[in-house]
Amino acid sequence: MKPADVLVIGAGPAGLAAATAASRNGCRVAMLDDNPAAGGQIWRADITRPHDEDPARAAAIADFHTSGAALLPGRRIVDVPSPSTLLAEAGGHFETYRWDRLILATGARERFLPFPGWTLPGVFGAGGLQALVKGGYPVAGKRIVVAGTGPLLLAVAAHLREYGASIVTVVEQASTLQMLPFAASLLRSPGKLLQGAGYRRTLGATPYQTGCWPISGQGDETLRSVTLTNGRRTWTVECDLLACGFHLVPNTELAQLLGCTLQGSFVQVDSQQQTSVAGIYCAGEPTGIAGVDAAQVQGEIAGLAAADCSPPPTRLLARRAKEAAFGRRLTHAFRLRPEVLKLASQETIVCRCEDVTFSQLQTRSNWTDAKLHTRCGMGPCQGRICGSATEALFGWQLTSVRAPLFPIPVSAFCDESSSLNAPSAR
Amino acid sequence: MPDFDLVIVGAGIVGCACALEAARAGLRVVIVERGVVGGGTTAAGMGHVVVMDDSPAQLALTAYSRSLWRTMAPELPGGVEYESRGTLWIAADDEEMAEVFSKQTTYAQAGIASQVLDPRELAEAEPYLRSGLAGALLVPDDGVLYPPVAAEYFLCEARRLGVVFLSDHEVVRCGKGRIQFANGTSIESERILLASGASIDLLPSLPIQKRKGHLLITDRYPGVVSHQLVELGYLKSAHKLTADSVAFNIQPRLTGQLLIGSSRQYGDESREINHAILRSMLERAIEYMPCLKGLSGIRVWTGHRAATADKLPLIGPTADPTLFLAMGFEGLGITNAPGAAVLAIDALLGRASIIDAAPYLPSRIQQEAVHA
Repeated sequence: MKPADVLVIGAGPAGLAAATAASRNGCRVAMLDDNPAAGGQIWRADITRPHDEDPARAAAIADFHTSGAALLPGRRIVDVPSPSTLLAEAGGHFETYRWDRLILATGARERFLPFPGWTLPGVFGAGGLQALVKGGYPVAGKRIVVAGTGPLLLAVAAHLREYGASIVTVVEQASTLQMLPFAASLLRSPGKLLQGAGYRRTLGATPYQTGCWPISGQGDETLRSVTLTNGRRTWTVECDLLACGFHLVPNTELAQLLGCTLQGSFVQVDSQQQTSVAGIYCAGEPTGIAGVDAAQVQGEIAGLAAADCSPPPTRLLARRAKEAAFGRRLTHAFRLRPEVLKLASQETIVCRCEDVTFSQLQTRSNWTDAKLHTRCGMGPCQGRICGSATEALFGWQLTSVRAPLFPIPVSAFCDESSSLNAPSAR
Repeated sequence: MPDFDLVIVGAGIVGCACALEAARAGLRVVIVERGVVGGGTTAAGMGHVVVMDDSPAQLALTAYSRSLWRTMAPELPGGVEYESRGTLWIAADDEEMAEVFSKQTTYAQAGIASQVLDPRELAEAEPYLRSGLAGALLVPDDGVLYPPVAAEYFLCEARRLGVVFLSDHEVVRCGKGRIQFANGTSIESERILLASGASIDLLPSLPIQKRKGHLLITDRYPGVVSHQLVELGYLKSAHKLTADSVAFNIQPRLTGQLLIGSSRQYGDESREINHAILRSMLERAIEYMPCLKGLSGIRVWTGHRAATADKLPLIGPTADPTLFLAMGFEGLGITNAPGAAVLAIDALLGRASIIDAAPYLPSRIQQEAVHA
């Protein structure tokens, strides 16, 4: 019998674990990612420090390579031309991929919430700025405010500081009280605690203010200051950059285009990580924001299931349950306070592609209504940024995903693209 | 529920235009919609306001409707994005050029301004078209608009005149003076006007077929296309009632985005993109305008037109004396909405219309087909 061709989308922790497990169990595996190297967002390679390797990342990538699976980097999935093919863009040309089993490990992105001044040059996503710095963007000597919510804030601040930035402050909207159960859960997971302690050490005397959030950014051409509040008092700090993100939202667009059922905002999976579509599995953040450890164990379960090694070993199921519980505590600890959903003024732009303001959206009844009548989410980003904001602000469920997932040249729909199967790496 | 003189089913552009027309005539109106305003057939189209001469009746209704659009153009809110750029009917060869001249004659007889462009003038008007085209007919008063906002504008005007709007109200039965909703409630009314676009679930016997279309919208490229471009071959392909077809058709939006169409398919009621059709549609477009190849496409979607056998809408009374129709506009629902609204409300009130309403009467097609 011919070995099953397994295609893995996304080379972060979940994708690497899935590809490794499937390949070790006899499948021909190819893993696609839109970045030039494996690692995903959390393990993004740092071009300025190629030897400064995260040991967990190094181990996962080494295991992946030993398994014989193939990495096809620099490829972005743009369309689903038929139920069993994907169209990928690779440096301006297009390739079609077929699969027997598909594993979606598409990760998460930051959530942005609109406030006056959030569109000024100098305002970045927290993770976005970190990715830029890893790509060579200089921050030495820059005064940076890190704001928003989630465990990412401290990691970003520590990282920026290593690159010579001066961290003015880190403001976390969650209160200390709200984060307590999360801190307790770190005590139960020493590995995660060490990581956290590492952040604190690197940050040194940098103030970490909980129960605080940004309410506006000021500046004419570019950001000059940020006004912060703790709900009782507001104050303004001068800065050059604001790195601001409100935790993570899952990347579920490809899953939706493939017809996979969502449960709330997340891809619905069964005990083997299989989605509602037979033969399509999903692992990591798209199934629930729970971090790198959850992603790895889910990836391994998905990889084993795709290779027909069922049922999954009990130790994996136990680890998955434990990490899911961690994810629930994480979500609870960093849940958004109502105040941060009310920061936008009437004139604040919510959809940057189509310049749609908060006041235009206020009168709409749902996402479809907003799209049709204001064109919110109809621009090139297809609602990736404003969609998660309006979901948080108005409770709108994002209804439809349309091809292409990313803008592509008109000719890409026409080209007789080279059709290839997951290549054999052995 | 208060008493109403008229219940309109469907708040697409046709239903909303009818609501406004009825309110102006002094009727107490309620308009019901299962989704959002202009979210069905209205949302799927290109928004081309165009005079078409497929038949004398089609010419009469499109010309009348376009004149109504032109009259109200100054009052339309900015969001409607109404622009009168003019249609260019492009002739690829001498045979199509002969059609250009005959079309010009027809238009002239109907008092529709048009101008024949030779190949050089066509190249000046649209420099990105391929060379070697035979010429074109420019119909300068045709326009383009953004349909969902136009529908909402009609609805807002109607509501100012007292029309009641019920959104998220799905009708499960209508006829015999009664509208029944999915939630179990109902409305009694002596007049019901069905304007549900391509959705004929309420009257499955209606002689309307769904004709699927694909569209692609690009990123912003202001200045690449100045007119609304349609190949004359469009007429040939649009007329085929059975086979799948594609034709070159581009509408520039105010933002500089280009809407690229068009395709026509019968017997496919799904919303899925048919990649083979999409491909031939875009290849056709690139054939006429090679630079399209490199433009960034940001979204593809599909929709269904409500097609009748003679390509004319169904406007007016049915065998059920309480039930009236404003349906079956195929690709001309946006163009014809204002004219159809006048005809529909005239029929409802027993008034004479400014144009002959007979060609659009539902009774022209087998009577039994339109029994409620």
